[in-house]
Amino acid sequence: MKPTDTSDPDYFHKVVDCQWACPAHTPVPAYIRLIAQGRYSEAYLLNRESNVFPGILGRVCDRPCEPACRRTRVDEEPVAICRLKRVAADHRGDITDQLPKKPENTNGKRIALIGAGPASFTVANDLAPMGYECTIFEKLDKPGGLMRSNIPAFRLPEDVLMEELDYILNMGVDLKLGSPVASMQALLKEDWDAVFVGTGAPKGKDLEIPGRQDAANIHIGIDWLESVAFEHTKAIGKQVLIIGVGNTAMDCCRTSLRLGASSVKVMARKPREFFKASDWELEDAEEENVEIIVNHSPKAFVHENGKLTGMVFEQIEYDLNLAGAITGQRVTADVMIPCDDVILAIGQENAFPWIEEDAGIEFDKWDVPVIDKVTFESTKRGVFFGGDAAFGPENIIWAVEHGHQAAISIHNHCEGRVLTERTPDEMALKSAKMGMMEWRYSNAYDDAPRRKMRHVELVERFKKLDTEVELGFSAEQIATEVERCLNCDVHTVFEAPLCTECDACIDVCPVECLAITPVAENEDALRGALSASENGNGQSLYVSSELPLSGRVMIKDENICLHCGLCAERCPTAAWDMQEGILQIHYADDQAGSPKA
Amino acid sequence: MTSFRKPKIQRKNEPLNDLGLARVDYEGAMSTLCAGCGHDSVTACLTKAFFELSIDPAKAVKVSGIGCSSKTTNYFLNDAHGANTVHGRMPSVATGAIAANSNLIYLGLSGDGDSLSIGLGQMAHAMRRNVNMLYMLENNGVYGLTKGQFSASADLGSLPKKGAPNEYPAIDPVALALSVGATFIGRSFSGDRKQLVPLIKAGLKHKGFALIDVISPCVSFNDHKGSTKSYAHTYEYYHQAVHADYVPPTDEIKASYDEGDVMPIELHDGGIIQLRKLDQNYDPRDRAAAFQKVMDSKATQEIVTGLLYIDETQPDMHEIQKMEDRPLNEIPYSELNPGAEKLKALQGAFR
Repeated sequence: MKPTDTSDPDYFHKVVDCQWACPAHTPVPAYIRLIAQGRYSEAYLLNRESNVFPGILGRVCDRPCEPACRRTRVDEEPVAICRLKRVAADHRGDITDQLPKKPENTNGKRIALIGAGPASFTVANDLAPMGYECTIFEKLDKPGGLMRSNIPAFRLPEDVLMEELDYILNMGVDLKLGSPVASMQALLKEDWDAVFVGTGAPKGKDLEIPGRQDAANIHIGIDWLESVAFEHTKAIGKQVLIIGVGNTAMDCCRTSLRLGASSVKVMARKPREFFKASDWELEDAEEENVEIIVNHSPKAFVHENGKLTGMVFEQIEYDLNLAGAITGQRVTADVMIPCDDVILAIGQENAFPWIEEDAGIEFDKWDVPVIDKVTFESTKRGVFFGGDAAFGPENIIWAVEHGHQAAISIHNHCEGRVLTERTPDEMALKSAKMGMMEWRYSNAYDDAPRRKMRHVELVERFKKLDTEVELGFSAEQIATEVERCLNCDVHTVFEAPLCTECDACIDVCPVECLAITPVAENEDALRGALSASENGNGQSLYVSSELPLSGRVMIKDENICLHCGLCAERCPTAAWDMQEGILQIHYADDQAGSPKA
Repeated sequence: MTSFRKPKIQRKNEPLNDLGLARVDYEGAMSTLCAGCGHDSVTACLTKAFFELSIDPAKAVKVSGIGCSSKTTNYFLNDAHGANTVHGRMPSVATGAIAANSNLIYLGLSGDGDSLSIGLGQMAHAMRRNVNMLYMLENNGVYGLTKGQFSASADLGSLPKKGAPNEYPAIDPVALALSVGATFIGRSFSGDRKQLVPLIKAGLKHKGFALIDVISPCVSFNDHKGSTKSYAHTYEYYHQAVHADYVPPTDEIKASYDEGDVMPIELHDGGIIQLRKLDQNYDPRDRAAAFQKVMDSKATQEIVTGLLYIDETQPDMHEIQKMEDRPLNEIPYSELNPGAEKLKALQGAFR
């Protein structure tokens, strides 16, 4: 088997599980170290480079980083990455003078951005400081997109949202509120150098079962949340049923409680392990005494004298195989559950009624636009899509990443370059050693369990719709939580020619992830040399070049390494070193020059 | 916080042994030896062997003398009994302890200085008495704790880090053990855990005196060119003659083996040591042949390793002396000290 090529920037990037899992590749351990040092403003700005909205995402990110966290391989729960992001945002000083500025002169290129959500704002964030004239068109009379209309204010306060949107608007971005784009054709006839569609997935799915047509009091979840956010809806009945168990359903049930509902039931078709909602959103809803009822499939709405009185559900029994997959199901009974209102939260999709069929933008058979996965360009040159509008519902952090990538494409497009010529990521490594038993990072393993977010008391939080439930971390919680981070970005870097095969690293490793073994044909054979190989989480097996004394190789299971640095500490020849890896991501303003197309 | 302490971490899905204990339950304090010291590898191998044999740490006794190797008793089996004794006097303390309680598992840890210079007489007599213990001799050819003077195991002509070559012949602990009657004699290398861990397990299960001479390089004072106890030299002249695997009594012996290649030796506990002969025509049950092999290898500088000699038939000290099976602390005082009348009667019997 060939030695591992660690010069590929992806190799060490992948070792940092959280950063690799984050669509925007936020350097999590690096900003957690800054927080640990009390450098909150720097932590905030480091976050902002990649994810643009640390204050918003520190509250409502879908956190793909946390399930990926290496900590879970030795501990029950991951590092509270999202909460620490909020810490950076909560405690930052005035950083306005360190943000990208409105340029003195524009470059004369005009970009139309449709929809004032996270995708469009990210494109504007990347392009406006470069001199592009960005105009955002928004049909509603407040910006934020789904972040405003679908995320309740008790999870994301309006001032937090507006502060981060204003940072971008202050870069000289023109925001046109109450300005729906009614026709793509008409827009294209105007003098725009590029068009970006960031209109989200605004169409909530309906439930076509008997009784659906006859009634008021049956709401589409995302429309209802929007109407609450814009204060058109201020009350709901006492008994509310939510259909669906995604994150939108969680927002619907918790919002209902604040609008006067006293009994809220979330009705799920399948058992709990099939729920789409994130665990923490389920927990937060259940903390508010929302009842979640499993194995009930909606059958019909029931009305009396034109008024909704309840819903009939089929109670379902499932057969599961050993892997937990459903292999069979049967209806065991019909159940009537009384209610005053029903909110449907069973999914959403993107919809473009304003894009004409002959606008030159191709849609596939599911009416989803055909978008290039790298450039985010549609089939029409100069028209780009991002966020939920591109590939259907995802989340804010994906929208941000789409925005970054679309911005690079728009820049290349305006410069007349080939869109796919994008400067690849680079990985810079620098030693973290300061001396004997001294490292530039906190290498000690702290076995503290995850800190729990403090919440406003139940009685208090229901008094006002916009009382933020989460209080943020206390100083003590911050101090403990930062130490839980394993600093996966401080990498174990091995120089085979220096190794004397003394085994000191193997002996000291607290998780037995190292071995020296004869060269073998394949990875499985090599893994056999490890006392416990836990091949998983998509992590690699590092294989060194042949060692000078015996011709064997050093192998390391990247999956279970805790980055404690003891191998490097005990190595007599510094063949092992701990080196901080800094991933350099090139955004639109940092693309290497490329030949004209 | 930066730290050089090894944290006690149990991975998820990490295997437990028959006692329900994890690997970390067999660990000890953090080593304070030099980074890269061979002794730390020996410590790791001992930890692994005790874990895999499911020996209750509280049923183990670690005894050592003075020296870098003797310090290592602190670095594993935190819950075991232990005595750091006087320089070179570990064998007599171990002998006494075994006389008092033969039901525990005894491990002696020593080095070439502690065993072959100041403690040579002690070690030789413990072997001669076939005391039931595993004696680990961590052999690096120098006095590391006093900054690297040659020890009695340094080879003739071996070069020090600075100064003149060694002018005295080496005492070979394996040759010595063969001549004074040890019943389990092995040699290994701290860098070869695949050989060392099974060898330690076999040595712990052997009834009688088991010596393992482990080449365990001193990274600070004897790991340079011209040294015959360096990592580089050991890797170059390393030769495996016999590989020993311990098979517990409960395990079925799965592999069928060709006579001549694998040789099973039954132990007192019903377990088996499977010897894989890497050198054909070498019989580790033949003391004279073993002696010949060791002497021959001297000429070629070859470091012959593995289980070089075993005799499972000899009685140990406990048996020879017809000692009490019960630990002395479990015997009622009236029985231990039957009183002046009984003593008088006994003395009368000798008159």
